[in-house]
Amino acid sequence: MSATTVDRDRTATRTGSLRRRRTWTTVAWVVAMVALTAVILYPLAWMVSASFKPTAEFGANQAFLPENPTIGNYFKVLEGVGGVPLWRFFLNSFILASLSVVGIVISASLAAYAFARIRFRGNGAWFAVMIGTLLLPFHVLIIPQYMLFRRLDLVDTFVPLLLGKFLAVEAFFVFLIVQFIRGLPRDMDEAARIDGCGHWRIFWLIILPLIKPALVSASIFAFIWSWNDFLGPLLYLNSPDNYPLPLALRVFNDQTSSSDYGATVAVSVLALLPILLFFIIFQRFLVEGVSTQGLKG
Amino acid sequence: MTIATHAADAATDPVRDRARGGAPAGAGGSTPAPRRRRALQRREDAAGYLFLTPWLIGFFLLTAGPMLFSLYLAFTNYSIFGKTEFIGLDNFARMMDDEVWWGSVRITLLCVLVGTPIKLLAALAVAMLLNYRSKGTGFFRSAFYAPSLIGASVSIAIVWRAMFSTGGPVDSSLRIFGIDIGGWVGIPALILPMMILLAVWQFGAPMVIFLAGLKQVPAELYEAASVDGAGPLGKFRNVTLPMLSPVIFFNLLLEMIHAFQVFASAYIIGSGTGGPAGATNFYTVYLYTRAFTNTQMGYASAMAWVLLIAVGIIAVIMFRTSNSWVHYSGDKR
Repeated sequence: MSATTVDRDRTATRTGSLRRRRTWTTVAWVVAMVALTAVILYPLAWMVSASFKPTAEFGANQAFLPENPTIGNYFKVLEGVGGVPLWRFFLNSFILASLSVVGIVISASLAAYAFARIRFRGNGAWFAVMIGTLLLPFHVLIIPQYMLFRRLDLVDTFVPLLLGKFLAVEAFFVFLIVQFIRGLPRDMDEAARIDGCGHWRIFWLIILPLIKPALVSASIFAFIWSWNDFLGPLLYLNSPDNYPLPLALRVFNDQTSSSDYGATVAVSVLALLPILLFFIIFQRFLVEGVSTQGLKG
Repeated sequence: MTIATHAADAATDPVRDRARGGAPAGAGGSTPAPRRRRALQRREDAAGYLFLTPWLIGFFLLTAGPMLFSLYLAFTNYSIFGKTEFIGLDNFARMMDDEVWWGSVRITLLCVLVGTPIKLLAALAVAMLLNYRSKGTGFFRSAFYAPSLIGASVSIAIVWRAMFSTGGPVDSSLRIFGIDIGGWVGIPALILPMMILLAVWQFGAPMVIFLAGLKQVPAELYEAASVDGAGPLGKFRNVTLPMLSPVIFFNLLLEMIHAFQVFASAYIIGSGTGGPAGATNFYTVYLYTRAFTNTQMGYASAMAWVLLIAVGIIAVIMFRTSNSWVHYSGDKR
């Protein structure tokens, strides 16, 4: 009898210590993660806090929180820059980003369907070319592209910034959707073929509804990248009326950063806000979209 | 759109024809099988190229065409103004004597060769930490990913500059430890660490890819390693690293190519001047200045081709050596 109780006791303490050790590692893990999150998100938190500091506090008050919080910076910023009100830059950015989404979703899904589901001669070779453009440094193209659009008298319009989106030039999106289509079972489209469907109808009625998650990821990336794009607008847009936010920010930064930190940081916050909201709403799609990218194929 | 619809529908595929003909292909009938198969293939080709038309136009008009044209420009003295002359290898020869060019090559290479490995190590370490637990990681994964989305924006460049300037949070927290260097932005030697930190801060994108890779490592391999008496380090070296090597390869290649092309942050932090003392004059910033401020587009095209060749060499080296360190398990495609 004594032997069995001792045994039972020993196992009990062993599982107890094991459980205790497991809780401790969990606590350590959570602490480490929270600390890491704090470090990584610090710049964003600092930015928001700084945007409420009166200009006089910059350099003087080095504490994280403002002493006399004010929303004056935001009011100042609404006037915009160079006689163009702030909402105009938002509108331009929004037009560019939305049209980019439309263009990329249409053109990239067409190309992706061809690569993933049509057995045309040259499929493999063109696919390799498409992957090759994924690695191509964009800067090799900017000078001739600029000359082309200048010749066509399209500088200072949105066309140079959007044409490529409607022609699936960014291989990332084509690749993303190809990977997704390859992961779909073929039964449905085989069945549709037997029922006499051509490629257009298979694409339109079967594939397109099934690849919605990939299209959502692609749209979010397309929107955010267009929203953040700086080099394109810098090359092609001259008149402040056409400026999207990044260009306006740059002007703000050059004109006021030495004198008015608060205002510059406030505009930066406003410019990031739509993206952060987007991210918070759609983060699942985004992170999934990225993680499938590198694995198959 | 309607034209496309009709044409694509007209380009029927083999199965439909087989169904209509009633007899399976190759089972005889009036048309001999090979010719029939060729006709079907032709329809499949037509459909393929029709779907690919927008991409093909984009490829020739905005990628391949400009690429070849910039190769031609690299051998000329093209500028928006003045006469264009063919000058052979002069642009490349001038580049070799251009100290500003060498300076931009130096900082860009340093950023690529130092920043990328640090970024990937951080990504791998955090991915393994996240992979340690199966539940409750979603929030952290998203929070760590966020900088990758916004890191290249002008907003973040402005914030980064403010954070590292005199009296900013970095300066004041270093002062607590008695380190008084003031603002980093004015000191050329500190711009590079600042830019590398900005790159490392965006470790989330490769991290998410690593994490997906880690989730695919079969648990049996770790169990087998345990049975063989491997410790945590042994498991990492003999199971995790080889199983993850395709993902490491992919991340390394893409991140290096990305790192070569940093533009907005360097441009904003240096106010478009490349300063102080050329410390923000990254390769792409210098290329932009030469092409669009000095309108020396011939020279800038030559610079662009040097960049392309450098990226190409790195890619070729990586693919060539990949046989020896990238491990593909199971199904080879």
